[in-house]
Amino acid sequence: MNALIDLSANNAVGDFVRDVLFPNSPALAWAANGLLGVAALLLFPVFLGAPFLIWMERKVCAHMQARLGPMRHGPHGAVQTIADVVKLVFKEIAPPGGVDRLVYLLAPGIPLTASFLVLAVVPWGANLQVADPEQGVFYVVAVGALGLLGFLVGAWASNNKFALLGAMRAGAQMLSYEISLSVLLLLVMLLSGESSLREIVLSQRGTVLDWWVFKAPVVGPLAFVLYLVSSTAELNRGPFDLIEAEQELTAGYQTEYSGMGFSMFYLAEYVNMTIQAALVSTFFLGGFLPPLVGIAPVDAALAAVPGVVWMVAKTLAIVFVYMWFRWSFPRPRVDQLLALEWKTLLPANLAVFALGMLALAMGWILP
Amino acid sequence: MTSYAILVFFLFLGIAMAGGAMLAGHLLSPKTPRTPFQQAAYECGNPTIGPTRVRFRAGYYLFALLFLVFDVETLLLFPAVAFVSRALHGEEAGVPVSLMLAELGVFVFVLLAGLAYAWRKGALKWD
Repeated sequence: MNALIDLSANNAVGDFVRDVLFPNSPALAWAANGLLGVAALLLFPVFLGAPFLIWMERKVCAHMQARLGPMRHGPHGAVQTIADVVKLVFKEIAPPGGVDRLVYLLAPGIPLTASFLVLAVVPWGANLQVADPEQGVFYVVAVGALGLLGFLVGAWASNNKFALLGAMRAGAQMLSYEISLSVLLLLVMLLSGESSLREIVLSQRGTVLDWWVFKAPVVGPLAFVLYLVSSTAELNRGPFDLIEAEQELTAGYQTEYSGMGFSMFYLAEYVNMTIQAALVSTFFLGGFLPPLVGIAPVDAALAAVPGVVWMVAKTLAIVFVYMWFRWSFPRPRVDQLLALEWKTLLPANLAVFALGMLALAMGWILP
Repeated sequence: MTSYAILVFFLFLGIAMAGGAMLAGHLLSPKTPRTPFQQAAYECGNPTIGPTRVRFRAGYYLFALLFLVFDVETLLLFPAVAFVSRALHGEEAGVPVSLMLAELGVFVFVLLAGLAYAWRKGALKWD
């Protein structure tokens, strides 16, 4: 188990800390490296990743609709999000009368805290993981569901009809799709024989064909597509953004939130998207492993690129697919959405799970 | 065990960051005297009619109950799958793997049968 990230392994920053800052004390160097690593792993996705994704979403959306999107601040509007954040920080937090103030102010922190807890186990590189619990898959499923509480109590506390209806939809939707995600993660656990996220990535060593999306014929691609659809719904992103469907519910659960409260809900949404995309690449696309093709000189070049680059590239590719979904499909009604989960996706997932077991029992997939 | 200690540390870090952000917003944002318009619940400009905590469809509860049933069942699958997959990869010697897979298959079949029963009983109907 690698508990803290060991930046001292083959890394310029780690070498600097160890040899220049603390040449006489390996323990201090180890602690400093660990703290640096934790800070980097936490701060990069939250403070660099989320603003970048918000900008990316606006650009992707704009170009899909033959517009330009933000163009004024920075090259191609690159620092637009920074300006937005500054505006949001200085905006009045205005809870209306009849609000349960304590719960109203606490609620936005819940989804953000829950997403931090999942972020901690995402393996960004072979040695770039804050913590690697042995039952990592179970941990992801258990902790990932906590964010929903923030939506429910926040909306209930805001004393608003739109918020209440949005929160009820959030509850039904996120709970339902949770089951699909668990079943698919169980399938990957069964196929790989591992339950820690790092070991699951390492079980996909080899060429591109050893990634779980290809390694298990029929079962792999099916599970991959089903996971993408289910996680889009779990993230409450378009076309499944029923909980904040602006044509019906104004802004859904966050109708009464402004300033920091709103921005924390918003930030949690983008951090969650990063996490889900990172999980897709961890479970199905080989995580931090390079996409080797089996031709020696090409592979040598690909393997020379650090793992974290591959992980971030795969994560961004999946994020792009989520955005593509959002701007391509119309939104279903709430009953259609729940029917999709309970009558189509859940039976399909269980069938794929059973198929995976059958394939393993018959030896069609080499364990 | 160390990794769980780090995760607890991360929990406090997350709470501290969320609290810090709310505090920063509170300190930096302007405070204006509350007008009656600011006090009102937002309803696109109309005055609110009736209580804001409205009655909503009981169907949401039905889906929550269904979730409870299925979530407990996936919860039971987790240790089973963890054990069977280890056996499959040769880490638990002396256990017939195909028998364990068949048992797991029976469990999944019961899950599917339960879903079919709920469906038949109309638990998945919205109106």
